[in-house]
Amino acid sequence: MKSTLKLTLGLASAMLASTAVSNVAHAEDLTLCWAAWDPANALVELSKDFTKESGIGMKFEFVPWTNYADRFLNELNSKGKLCDLIIGDSQWIGGAAENGHYVKLNDFFDKEKISMDDFVPATVVGYSEWPKNSPNYWALPAMGDVVGWTYRKDWFSKPELQKEFKEKYGWDLAAPTTFDQLKQIAEFFQKREIDGKTVYGASIYTERGSEGITMGAMDVLYSFGFKYENPEKPYEMDGFVNSEKSVKGLEFYKALYDCCTPPGASNSYMGEGVDAFKSGQVAMHMNFAFTWPGLQKDENVGGDKIGYFANPKGPDGDQFAQLGGQGISVVSYSDKQESALKYIKWFANKDVQAKWWSLGGFSCLNAVVKDPNFPASQPYAQTFLDSMAIVKDFWAEPSYAPLLQASQKRFHDYVVAGQGSAKDALDGLVKDWTQVFQDDGKM
Amino acid sequence: MLNRTADSVARATPEPLARRVRGISDKGLAWLFISPTILLLLAINIFPLFWAIYLSFTNYRANRPNEVVKNLGLSNYKRILGDQDIWIAMQTTAHFVFWTILLQTLIGFTLAWLIDRKFRGHAFWTTIILVPMMLSPAVVGNFWRFLYEPQIGLFAYAISFVSGIPPTDIQMLSNVSLAPWSIIIVDTWMWTPYVMLICLAGLRSIPEYIYEAAEVDRASNWRQFWSITLPMALPFIMLAVLFRGIENFKMFDMVNLLTGGGPGSTTEVASITLKRQAFESWRTGYSSAFAIILFVAVFGLANIYVKALNKVKQR
Amino acid sequence: MSLTTAHSVVAPSANAKLIAGTIIVAYALISIVPLLWIFATSFKTPPDSIAYPPKVVFQLSIEGYCNLFTTRTRQTPEYINSLGPATGFCDETVRKRNMVIAGPSNFLPRFVNSLIIAFGSTFCAVFLGTLSAYGFSRFKVPLADDLLFFILSTRMMPPIAVAIPIYLMYRELGLSDTALGMILLYTAVNVSLAVWLLKGFIDEIPREYEEAAMIDGYTRLQAFWRTVLPQATTGIAATAIFCLIFAWNEYAFAALLTSGTAQTAPPFIPTIIGEGGQDWPAVAAGTTIFLVPILVFTILLRKQLLRGITFGAVRK
Repeated sequence: MKSTLKLTLGLASAMLASTAVSNVAHAEDLTLCWAAWDPANALVELSKDFTKESGIGMKFEFVPWTNYADRFLNELNSKGKLCDLIIGDSQWIGGAAENGHYVKLNDFFDKEKISMDDFVPATVVGYSEWPKNSPNYWALPAMGDVVGWTYRKDWFSKPELQKEFKEKYGWDLAAPTTFDQLKQIAEFFQKREIDGKTVYGASIYTERGSEGITMGAMDVLYSFGFKYENPEKPYEMDGFVNSEKSVKGLEFYKALYDCCTPPGASNSYMGEGVDAFKSGQVAMHMNFAFTWPGLQKDENVGGDKIGYFANPKGPDGDQFAQLGGQGISVVSYSDKQESALKYIKWFANKDVQAKWWSLGGFSCLNAVVKDPNFPASQPYAQTFLDSMAIVKDFWAEPSYAPLLQASQKRFHDYVVAGQGSAKDALDGLVKDWTQVFQDDGKM
Repeated sequence: MLNRTADSVARATPEPLARRVRGISDKGLAWLFISPTILLLLAINIFPLFWAIYLSFTNYRANRPNEVVKNLGLSNYKRILGDQDIWIAMQTTAHFVFWTILLQTLIGFTLAWLIDRKFRGHAFWTTIILVPMMLSPAVVGNFWRFLYEPQIGLFAYAISFVSGIPPTDIQMLSNVSLAPWSIIIVDTWMWTPYVMLICLAGLRSIPEYIYEAAEVDRASNWRQFWSITLPMALPFIMLAVLFRGIENFKMFDMVNLLTGGGPGSTTEVASITLKRQAFESWRTGYSSAFAIILFVAVFGLANIYVKALNKVKQR
Repeated sequence: MSLTTAHSVVAPSANAKLIAGTIIVAYALISIVPLLWIFATSFKTPPDSIAYPPKVVFQLSIEGYCNLFTTRTRQTPEYINSLGPATGFCDETVRKRNMVIAGPSNFLPRFVNSLIIAFGSTFCAVFLGTLSAYGFSRFKVPLADDLLFFILSTRMMPPIAVAIPIYLMYRELGLSDTALGMILLYTAVNVSLAVWLLKGFIDEIPREYEEAAMIDGYTRLQAFWRTVLPQATTGIAATAIFCLIFAWNEYAFAALLTSGTAQTAPPFIPTIIGEGGQDWPAVAAGTTIFLVPILVFTILLRKQLLRGITFGAVRK
């Protein structure tokens, strides 16, 4: 045992010594924190230009979406110095501003002549401002994002399927414009044999742990008439959150989950959605727009085989979509705020934003998205613009986390676990949210 | 604990000898040796515990450092004990603890008993069986998610191969009634070897001569098992149950990675609820109160159990 | 339990041995399958890993290991062609999938963190544990039983419950997400195991040795150093490995109290994802690398295993 101990220690120290050398970080390196997803990897590629220009090295800390809020809010709350720059989710902005996690950027914007008027208005409100609709900026809009849909164009255009569909439902098989149509298409494809494989209707968000099912259900509920509060009277939720229309919307979401999703899709969010679509399992796929560049380039389902459509209309013709996306902020606990601001200045540059779009990021700069060539630049560009025009977002209150947790639990208990009714779930949600706002002293 | 009777004898330091020693006195040395450990535990365990007790009476939220902290008295405790979701989480935990212990004890004891037949190669196979319990529950638990996938997962495929049910219908993690079993299966897979090992020690502690005497009395094998093997191994089995009970009561890592408490809240054990309240909702005061309640519950149950264990040992 | 009828004391019958052996071997083989599957998956290509039905025979590939150590981004063939020739095997592999390597992944730093924190805390826990165990074993310590029970009870707390105040304390002290903070915490958790185990080992060393040494003129400290320690080496080594395994495998504290700089491998491995969900070959590769040290230790340790996992309460 003595010799084995020595051996172990020797081995361990050798490994330490060998890796320590490769692990020396330059003191000047900036660390950027974001979610682990396609755009982040594209940003790594893009940032090589920044390092070339400024000589400042970049390190990255990416965390999957399901752990993202958890990990980085934990990091910010512990006043950690891991991140110099953070691309934080839109809903964090209230808490991050009020608790001093982010550096306020107004002075910097004034000094560098960066104007928020140059960015898509919805993204400025969504990603930068707190309080909302006031000129207090905590982030530069970095990545526009919104929930939309992709579908299998190649399957939709199969003549035999078109014929059968028309006979069955009385209208031509095409990208749906209402949720009713969407469900009919999903039913039509569910468990159908295509090219020798069993396929399913649609992949939708059902994730429990972070924000998945809320993003998915809300994306549908908005168009059915769900409202967070009385527009006349803030924080009055009874009759708006749990209105009859909202109940219909949630029932629809459950029906869609029950009838038309692949087996075992009870905990699926962006990543699982991408996998389901890429493996040719589903005909339609709800996901944030960031997934589109990757899918477009995919060898198996991309190119001509993929089509895009914006969130369809609800029963009353309302049409909204869940906002995603993030702004980039400087963390107030960082020791390298000056270099971090340099990065933001570089990133706001028009040419950089144009390359950002071409590498697979979604620029929020008007000069990029309002360019006449933009809609034709990518097959999904027009759908992206259409979707960004109809966005709504979840609560961005400092208490967003407990608000989100309540909806995660209520929605998952009802939609996936099948407990209670939609009415019960939404009534319970009003109760939970009221409790949160009461604890905050806002009611 | 077992085999600790020698302690009292050993603790009597021979006084005359100690006095002759030069340098630091024995008493000084004793404290010099023990105090660093005690200090560390005071700093990292006891001080935080008292802090948590203090916080449990407040509305403190760790993500709002600038907010005024209000003393709430016992209202956090009242809220928790009156919260239906907390009770559901406790029931889920109890269900998990009960079934894992039952399965692990049954399988573990059987395995130990079989290994005690001392067939050729039993040492090697015992080592193989022991491997799962040494691994990280988080890292391996995460991989089980892959094994449980309908269609592409090996588990679903193997079950459908045996039972004929199509693999797409074996949705271990999605089905409300199967999900609790998915975590019980993984826990049983990982920790049965643990129970087995302790049971094996119990079986081997039974002196041969007792069986020899029984043979002389013509006691049947069945009788020998019930009147010698089981009673004499019982303290060991109970010890294994104690350790597994405590561990599974505080289970977090494996469940968190495997189901995250879902679908709905069907596998949300107490630690998951606690984590959500403490580190996602940041209700620090509220979750401290919950933590204290959990701690008191483990401590209380463990103490009652140890008393019972001692009674069994004395028989 | 019907097999009991085959039970004979002095020597189990050949039949009983055969049946027992068959069942044990079958159980062992089944229980090892998930581990073999992890190992096999790490050498599959991503499409093979999610094939239906699951592939037992497959094309060997180290793509999983490439993906484990890099981050990649999907780009158009035109962009990839504009980059110049591939620089290595992994580069070539990912380019075949229309990807370029954007940079190294965080796996290596996380693995190094695991090594530093696990070995650091093990050293501290064994050092403190040896001293305390000797103290409790050889001297009259007032309230010794209570202190020992108190030391043991620190392991009964649910880790999340412990983490709440630790989180606040570390935030005030600036220890959040530092290796030092994690080493202190793991030491505190492990020291209870170390004291209990080592006290058992030291109790077994006859005190006559020290007394003889002291009669020869050594001080108590010298006697401890020269006679007790050398004899406790086996016990210390076994204890060290148990502490190491705990610190190596620990997840809850690491997930809550570290975010990057000091994050260890267990909270990192479940976050290895590809373009969609988890990149299973890469996850399997990371898991394999992570598990190998523990497998080696398990085999080395099998004799001391029982004592370690029961806090010394059961000895063979």
